[in-house]
Amino acid sequence: MSADHHHGPASGITRWLFTTNHKDIGTLYLFFAMMMAFLGGAMAMLIRAELFEPGLQLVEPNFFNQMTTMHGLIMVFGFVMPAFVGFANWQLPMMIGAPDMALPRLNNWSFWILPFAFSILVSTLFMEGGGPNFGWTFYAPLSTTYAPPSVTYFIFAVHLLGMSSILGAINIIATIMNLRAPGMDYMKMPMFVWTWFITAFLLLLVMPVLAGAVTMMLMDIHFGTSFFQAAGGGDPVLFQHVFWFFGHPEVYIIILPAFGIVSQIIPTFSRKPLFGYTSMVYATAAIAIMSTLVWAHHMFTVGMPLVGELFFMYTTMLIAVPTGVKIFNWISTMWRGSMTFEAPMLFSIAFVVLFSIGGFSGLMMAIAPADFQYHDTYFIVAHFHYVLVPGAVFGVFAGVYYWLPKWTGRMYDERLGQLHFWLTFIGANLTFFPQHFVGLAGMPRRIPDYALQFADFNAISSVGAFLFGTSQLVFVVILVRVLKDKASGRLEGAVGERAWEGVEGLEWTLPSPPPYHSFTTPPSIR
Amino acid sequence: MTKIGMRTIVAALSALSIPLLPTATLAADGLEHAQRWQLNMPYGVTPTSHVVYDLHMLIFWICVVVAVLVYGVMFYSMAVHRKSRGAKPAQFSHNTRLEVLWTALASLVLVAMAWPATAVMINMYDASDSQIDILVTGYQWKWKYEYLGEDVSFFSNIATPDDEIYGDAPKGEHYLLNVDKPLVIPVGTKVRFLITAADVLHSWWVPDFAVKMDAIPGFVNEAWTWVEREGVYRGQCTELCGRLHGFMPIVVNATSQNAYRRWLGERHAEAAAERALLNQRMDLSQLMERGKQVYQTNCASCHLATGAGLPGAFPALHKDSAATGALAEHLGIVINGTPGTAMAAFGAQLGAADLAAVITYERNAWGNDTGDLVQPIDVERYRRGDGVQ
Ligand SMILES: [Cu+2]
Ligand SMILES: [Cu+2]
Repeated sequence: MSADHHHGPASGITRWLFTTNHKDIGTLYLFFAMMMAFLGGAMAMLIRAELFEPGLQLVEPNFFNQMTTMHGLIMVFGFVMPAFVGFANWQLPMMIGAPDMALPRLNNWSFWILPFAFSILVSTLFMEGGGPNFGWTFYAPLSTTYAPPSVTYFIFAVHLLGMSSILGAINIIATIMNLRAPGMDYMKMPMFVWTWFITAFLLLLVMPVLAGAVTMMLMDIHFGTSFFQAAGGGDPVLFQHVFWFFGHPEVYIIILPAFGIVSQIIPTFSRKPLFGYTSMVYATAAIAIMSTLVWAHHMFTVGMPLVGELFFMYTTMLIAVPTGVKIFNWISTMWRGSMTFEAPMLFSIAFVVLFSIGGFSGLMMAIAPADFQYHDTYFIVAHFHYVLVPGAVFGVFAGVYYWLPKWTGRMYDERLGQLHFWLTFIGANLTFFPQHFVGLAGMPRRIPDYALQFADFNAISSVGAFLFGTSQLVFVVILVRVLKDKASGRLEGAVGERAWEGVEGLEWTLPSPPPYHSFTTPPSIR
Repeated sequence: MTKIGMRTIVAALSALSIPLLPTATLAADGLEHAQRWQLNMPYGVTPTSHVVYDLHMLIFWICVVVAVLVYGVMFYSMAVHRKSRGAKPAQFSHNTRLEVLWTALASLVLVAMAWPATAVMINMYDASDSQIDILVTGYQWKWKYEYLGEDVSFFSNIATPDDEIYGDAPKGEHYLLNVDKPLVIPVGTKVRFLITAADVLHSWWVPDFAVKMDAIPGFVNEAWTWVEREGVYRGQCTELCGRLHGFMPIVVNATSQNAYRRWLGERHAEAAAERALLNQRMDLSQLMERGKQVYQTNCASCHLATGAGLPGAFPALHKDSAATGALAEHLGIVINGTPGTAMAAFGAQLGAADLAAVITYERNAWGNDTGDLVQPIDVERYRRGDGVQ
């Protein structure tokens, strides 16, 4: 091997195809996530355009169902999850003082599975009979006996996604367990490392269950079994139990890394250590464990026995405790700090405020008898978009603004960052808040057309969505300008090791941008 | 603790809270369907819907109080502890007493919510001692109502015309929430719904009753209601069930007990007339006229009004299809369905006259012109296994 090889990337396309470098792979993940966000976002725009007024104007109901299904699948599996894996790749080695991830070739493979999986998934839209139209929760038998033929491709794509996630999780666990710098005990790890460590175990636990669910579907469709077919002695409700045993922890797989990012940012811009680190770690672990005991709160109306209803109601309410602890800790971190409000901090504060709104509506839905009125309405749509958009997605934005100067060595344009934040903040609330009202007033979810009394709030929601969607172009402009500055080698806007005033942690001891192999000699931990 | 005792607790707890003003007045008026700009859940017209509403408002106000406290502290801190105002950062990083305190407080608040919720839940699950039992079956995309022990059974289809949906006609008052035949139940009576489905999952929801129950093939779920006030109450299917999921409304007409009995009598007379039809012969134009109607309500949602179908999903019915092939096969497909596909067994859904008419229609519409006439008695013979003549 040449000496060169150790110090910098190969050039051209092969750099990206064959790379085993954690930063290159992190960049690939993040770039891929952004493409998927725009694709899934375009579908959301189409959905909101159809729902702008009552009546069917733009799309057929069957295509509408394909759009809601694909929007959900793409945003969850194509945008948010890969984005956080991108953060993990970039940050974990730098934050624990390692040169790279523990399993670099596996790392390459985990990423490169994704473009294939999504090409297959998206290509189903062009197949005869159309793409998946049974919702991202793909309840049987709508997704088996009554599904379009393309469902087989959908199943294959989900298998690939699951494989990618499992390999990624193994890599993250191996890295955190084995490559920490000497002296970095578990209880000294940064919060972002902790949240990903726990998330990775959750992934290992539930992705195989998802694979099991789609495999049973495949058997029902092609091999004459009746797992989910009542006519053959099967049980359609079994599908929901299996799916939500995956699906509920999946919610936390999506949100825990965002908790980690926010837990890095709030102390930085409060110039004060994170409050209650130990309780934060325990709360995260508690949330993860309890998340495997609450799945059937998605199924309060399937006709479970009374004891089942009560059990899942109580466990679900209990999850509010560790979640509340986290919120209190973040606010206590801000308390008597010395705060400034740059874009990462703004997105983090909005995260705490708006995620809590999703938490409150979640608590309301935990109350089983009340959930009979909320279930499968726009109230639910409002709830999970509050958790996922100002939750997970704001976490992504906060993280990008926070670490972009480290990754590129260039500070982004703060004025544009503030503009992006405020447009996004207003757009997201305008989109999702009115959905609480129509949901409570009786509008079911997943419908392409609605009764006249829901028209006003739907129009507002659509206007908000268009604002929310178009303001993401500001984000692209910010990114392009930073990358251009970096490529041209302009020194204006260049940042030192510590890009922000209040930062703590190993990644800020490296130059900006950091060397290709992060820590070639382990740093010493005080 | 008794059921009533629990219910009093819920009411008392929720009385502590001031209701949301604009929405509470709407709800208290008991309007029969959702209003423009409606912000909140309906108060409804059943004892269950009232306690669920109270529970909902109780939790809502608890959340509001917590939110005001938490956000209050946060916004105060953001206003005061900022660098631009010269704030110097403190360096504390934990406070065990505080951390234990808020964990305990949060747990207490949860118990305060779980207690009344449990009471309501137990009550909702008690469907015993019903006076009327109705079997509700979800089909793609309509509801079937069978009054058990009454020999009354009918389908309830959406009544909003396509013209209104596609913007070719102004949208009527109950746009998308109108059906051809509503469910009729008497007020002041415990009515039990046995809910199931024939194809995929559906979910039967009437917000004013606070009844929502999934309709699942192979399972029979239970729900019940006791309506206080006469009126027309509207709801929709709430479980994604395919292409026309958004177009299978539910309308319940709650009448006086007398009116209900009268209505039941009319249905009995109708059933007798339908049986008499079996022995009648109809000519082509009669069959085509009736067949076209049956086709529009039952078949057009998949095979389209033009018979063109949807390539890859739903077969076309014009020339060179099952509709012009052997008559016996055509009868078989319509009556028994095609297992493993979306084609349902309409033998279980339609009467002999309707089946005969729709098959005749399919064989002669859209230029198929086979000239085949199918009579009700032919359908009856096929069902008995006598073959086709
Ligand atoms: Cu859940
Ligand atoms: Cu439906």
